[in-house]
Amino acid sequence: MTRRVTLRRTLIACGALALAVLAAIVLMSLLGSEQLPARASLCALLSAGANPCGLGRDQYDILFQLRLPRILLAAAVGASLATAGASYQALLRNPLAEPYLLGVSNGAAVGTMIALVFFGANEWTRPVLAFAGALLATLAVYQLARGRAGATPERLVLAGVIVTTFLSSAIVFITTLMDATRIRSFTFWLLGDLSGASSTLLPVVIAIAVLGTVALTLNARSLNLLMLGERDAFDLGVEVGRVRIVVFIVASLLVGTSVAASGSVGYVGLVVPHLIRLSLGSDNRLSIPASALGGGLFVIVADTVARTVIAPRELPVGAITALIGAPLFIYLLKRV
Amino acid sequence: MLEALDLTIRYDERVAVANVSLKLTSGKIVAVIGPNGAGKSTLLRALNGQLRRSSGAVLLDGVPIEKFSRRTIGRRIAVVAQEAELRFPVTVLEFVLGGRYAWANNAGWGWETGRDLRVAEEVLDETELAELSGRLMNELSGGERQRAVLARALATEASFLLLDEPTANLDLSHQATLLALVRNRCDQQHSAALVVTHDINLAAQFADHILLLKQGRVIEAGPPREVLTPELLREVFAVTVLVDAHPVTGAPRVTPVHGGTS
Repeated sequence: MTRRVTLRRTLIACGALALAVLAAIVLMSLLGSEQLPARASLCALLSAGANPCGLGRDQYDILFQLRLPRILLAAAVGASLATAGASYQALLRNPLAEPYLLGVSNGAAVGTMIALVFFGANEWTRPVLAFAGALLATLAVYQLARGRAGATPERLVLAGVIVTTFLSSAIVFITTLMDATRIRSFTFWLLGDLSGASSTLLPVVIAIAVLGTVALTLNARSLNLLMLGERDAFDLGVEVGRVRIVVFIVASLLVGTSVAASGSVGYVGLVVPHLIRLSLGSDNRLSIPASALGGGLFVIVADTVARTVIAPRELPVGAITALIGAPLFIYLLKRV
Repeated sequence: MLEALDLTIRYDERVAVANVSLKLTSGKIVAVIGPNGAGKSTLLRALNGQLRRSSGAVLLDGVPIEKFSRRTIGRRIAVVAQEAELRFPVTVLEFVLGGRYAWANNAGWGWETGRDLRVAEEVLDETELAELSGRLMNELSGGERQRAVLARALATEASFLLLDEPTANLDLSHQATLLALVRNRCDQQHSAALVVTHDINLAAQFADHILLLKQGRVIEAGPPREVLTPELLREVFAVTVLVDAHPVTGAPRVTPVHGGTS
């Protein structure tokens, strides 16, 4: 028996998850190919970098210039993707809806690549075009998936495959326009790579993650009804068209900025909301903000594994998330 | 009062509902019967403001329904339809509380108030689901589930109930229980109900007024006794029937005569 979700329960669950995220940010910044002294690093982190606490110059830079931005980016990207996934799932009434599997991430990737190839000098064009790409891909999948009987889970997944493969060929095409030296880093980026934590984009990704989660949480009660059926929601008083537009735009913004910053980290939007619903129930007033925090936690940990497991070499974080996500997808597919 | 005036609805070229007028007044149950494809469900959806009219009007208390926001309509008109397959686990209480959505101060966000919970408790008692309120919807039997759908509609406190085949998946005893609940609401809270059904005898027993539809047109409208005649039923359903009085209630009772297809 699951208990009804109340404000108190939401605050407790989200508070606990937020503490876990903070703990992960601190602990994971100590791990890596370069071992940092735990006590001194903790002291420096707690002083927010004001006091080096006896860390060497190189160690200080590794902590504050490399690891911390990367971990914060991981948290923001994870939060964005998980929140987008949770709201796509509720809106489309489909536990398999996920930005990566729907082709939305690929849409954002194409947008980012166009920005890189044609407006390379201007970093700001990347999230903007990524957002446009994500939104176009979302609308394309939605239109393709809508049959006479509405969008069945299978139809939606197939539409996602079609859009994904189409956009993949667009990506290959754009790749050929690049010079060979950049292709390797691109391949990494496409699989989801947090190593390029850019100082200009990082605040944008964090701000969008927070604002987007708030915006979607503010529609959570409508999403609760949409999750049960579009017609039911309409009958009960939900302005279905308006909520759909809000979710499509906000989720595309979340996916767009995170892909612009870190490529397509797959399956986060599938794994995290599923685990959250399993443990906390389906009420979106709790599961959307909890997915955001859980997503941050998940990608921080996954990226730490990615950069430590074969250190000093690194894996793209997307390889780790897919390793966990793909089997879960198969399990879910068997259940719907 | 909720009424349709000379309502016509077309899907592309096909006319689904043609020049239908009807009134839902407080305390009364209107049943809509007719063969498959007669436009019964289309009529119900139009009364809720969901379908675009080709001509005519749907008036809620004399005002065209499209002038109201969805939330206002959600507080005035409740629909009981065949519920969609649930793909996420939801408890019965959560499901029923969905009926309180339109009453929230801020529709998208917010928490159920004490009043919302009280109303939910009342309708759960009314539909005899109180014991099951913590169970998941997909653990319920078909009959319990349909009762939960009705409970959610009752939780809206709407004065107009539109029911689309509410008894389709129910066994004999649950069919009568469900309509008795609707009857009760109409008698005690002065609600009005429209029931789309294939079950003519159930309509005869519970409805004050019957609308007989064929190919979108009203063939006859009136009290059960006047509408449920062998001649009219043969015209609409192309089947020979025997109509006599129900031995207990005295309502018309319709029995198809075997081999009597005309």
